[in-house]
Amino acid sequence: MANPAALSLREHFRTPEQQRETSSIGMWIFIITEVMLFSGLFMAFTVYRSMYPQAFIEGSAEMSIALGATNTIVLICSSFTMALSVYSAATGNRRMLAIFLIATMILGAAFLGIKFTEYYQHYRDHQAPGVWFDWRGRDAAQVEMFFVFYFIMTGLHAVHMFVGEGLLFTMLLRTAAGSFSARYHTPVELVGLYWHFVDIVWVFLFAIFYIEGLHLHHG
Amino acid sequence: MIPAVEVAAERNYLNEETGVLSWLFTTDHKRIGLLYVASISVFFFLGGLFALLIRLQLLTPNGLLFDSETYNKLFTMHGIIMVWFFLIPSIPNTLGNFLIPMMLGAKDVAFPKLNLLSWYVFNLGALVTLYSIFRGGVDTGWTFYTPFSTTFSTTYVIAAAAGIFIAGFSSIMTGLNFIATVHRMRAPGMTWFRLPMFIWSHYATSLILVLATPILAVTLLLVAVERIFQVGIFDPALGGDPVLFQHMFWFYSHPAVYIMILPAMAVVSELVPAFSRKPLFGYEFVAFASISIAAIGFLVWGHHMFTAGTSPYAAEVFSFLSYLVAVPSAIKVFNWTATMYKGSISWDTPMLYAIGFIGLFAIGGVTGLFLAALGIDVHVQDTYFVVGHFHFIMVGGTVLAYLGGMHYWWPKISGKMYPEGLARLSALVAFIGFILTFFPQYILGYLGMPRRYAVYPPEFQVWHVLSSAGASILGIGYILPFCYLLWSWHYGKPAPPNPWKSTGLEWKTSSPPPKHNFEETPVVTTGPYQFGEMKEELDLG
Repeated sequence: MANPAALSLREHFRTPEQQRETSSIGMWIFIITEVMLFSGLFMAFTVYRSMYPQAFIEGSAEMSIALGATNTIVLICSSFTMALSVYSAATGNRRMLAIFLIATMILGAAFLGIKFTEYYQHYRDHQAPGVWFDWRGRDAAQVEMFFVFYFIMTGLHAVHMFVGEGLLFTMLLRTAAGSFSARYHTPVELVGLYWHFVDIVWVFLFAIFYIEGLHLHHG
Repeated sequence: MIPAVEVAAERNYLNEETGVLSWLFTTDHKRIGLLYVASISVFFFLGGLFALLIRLQLLTPNGLLFDSETYNKLFTMHGIIMVWFFLIPSIPNTLGNFLIPMMLGAKDVAFPKLNLLSWYVFNLGALVTLYSIFRGGVDTGWTFYTPFSTTFSTTYVIAAAAGIFIAGFSSIMTGLNFIATVHRMRAPGMTWFRLPMFIWSHYATSLILVLATPILAVTLLLVAVERIFQVGIFDPALGGDPVLFQHMFWFYSHPAVYIMILPAMAVVSELVPAFSRKPLFGYEFVAFASISIAAIGFLVWGHHMFTAGTSPYAAEVFSFLSYLVAVPSAIKVFNWTATMYKGSISWDTPMLYAIGFIGLFAIGGVTGLFLAALGIDVHVQDTYFVVGHFHFIMVGGTVLAYLGGMHYWWPKISGKMYPEGLARLSALVAFIGFILTFFPQYILGYLGMPRRYAVYPPEFQVWHVLSSAGASILGIGYILPFCYLLWSWHYGKPAPPNPWKSTGLEWKTSSPPPKHNFEETPVVTTGPYQFGEMKEELDLG
């Protein structure tokens, strides 16, 4: 009688399959809007990078490649634990689902910790744009523009990470409450899609901000 | 069983639950549609008030009422309110919300809670924008061009932009909801090519809503960052490129024009067959014309920047693409006309609005081609010719279609008939007022009257007086339906389930519909607009 799939069927759907497919297509459309959101910023970055290549490479040389690379690995690992969460949900293994959700949250928190350490270092080194910015080299305005895009784009990504952590926490609570089973676990799948998307965005951010100035690296 | 049917017939979505809270927490798409009607009506009259003040100012060459700074604020706030808080949500969020699930044979949209959330987010955005207005307004023009908006304007730019940013999420939620609904909520037998054209056109609109709105969000975000932190993004003094702002802004705002006109075409594509008693001519062509407009509409934004120093080769490509997007629009106009050809046309109010739409849209569309031509654009860029052109599309197009749709579906929405004679008269008043208001603006623009000026040379006065006179007639044409529709909500004759003898699933249920639209999920066996086959059914019923 206590069939979670039947209990969670909302009244405007005819079948659980229809409900699951509808949720899924909704999430994919949402991800498309997110792609458009970030692509606007990538486009603006690319325009200015082609206008001021030298200044943008100088800015990129100020990135900490060690912290950035660590963060990339952390996020890729979190995608792996997220995939295992979805797998555990699909196989009805609630204990492992909870463990992998917690692991994903810890990795996400580690990413954010490292990210904010980097932000602090840039602030300390007078690389935060605005009144805090102080650049002794050439092309100060253009290097500042590099940092403007760095803070906006990684900042927007960090906001998405915070939202992801909140979603994972909700999934954890619902797992503890016994809401999910092998037959009904759509929310876990959808949070997984979102999490993977946010990870993929980071890979692109890492490429354009960190790798560009690698050969000029000052230490 | 008979008593059960009688009870069911009396209960409908309006009286199933009562009280203010039952409306504020409703997830019923029909009620949310009406909540949107209430919101956008307020913004329409507020935006109209600004238009009234603009037209009063322009009655005399030296301005009756305001200095230039105040005038700048007036046209900015008229534009912002009308574009983002009336035109963008006008048809999709009201009629679209109400009708899309019913036309599909569904109980509700795919995500009913998200639908309600979109209304709250919309109003939140509107409140933030209203805050900027009451604190003294914005003077950048609705286009927020940089570097004026980021560096020089001393008005409440950030608050206005933040309100639009927030309202954008409401657009995205609506678009997402409609796409998921059309894909997954269709009744058994409702295949893609049995969908009413209203659905196809709203599907195309929704594609633009979800793809273009995020770009507006990042553009406004960048403007706010530049303004708050005084860093260079678009300001040339700080290494930025102001034309990049224009590219990003119009990448949203040109498709946004199609967000406004496609739902209007959706309404007209329903009205013309219903009042000609004929199937829509060339169904597939009209359906794919909607999708083509959405697709090509993304590739024409550069025609707003012909005089902004873009490369002549890019301008030629954008000019060509702007001509191309006129082709599917023209296909629609021809097909509506062909639908009427040898039809059994009745001149009920919705049809008057539909025919008005076709005529005005044709004029507005053809003058759009003038503007897409590189040489002519240099002459008329930033003149009243442009103002006349887009008001023909947005007011003559979208607003007339909105009113036509409101009249057509009013019996379904309210369960009451509106007063037909008064409604025909008011459609005529609106049409005459419209022509008188906006046709002189083409002439003014061609003679060289620039837009956005508070004063003008005395030789232009006769055209401005005509335009202002027309605006007051147009105002009456808007206030009349508002009054008699509200009146008929209480005092109108009760409407039968299908007063127009139309096809379409929304007419196969009671007026007003029950909470879940249909007593049981309908099964669809034919395409839309089968007027010939309806005869027998009507004779029986």
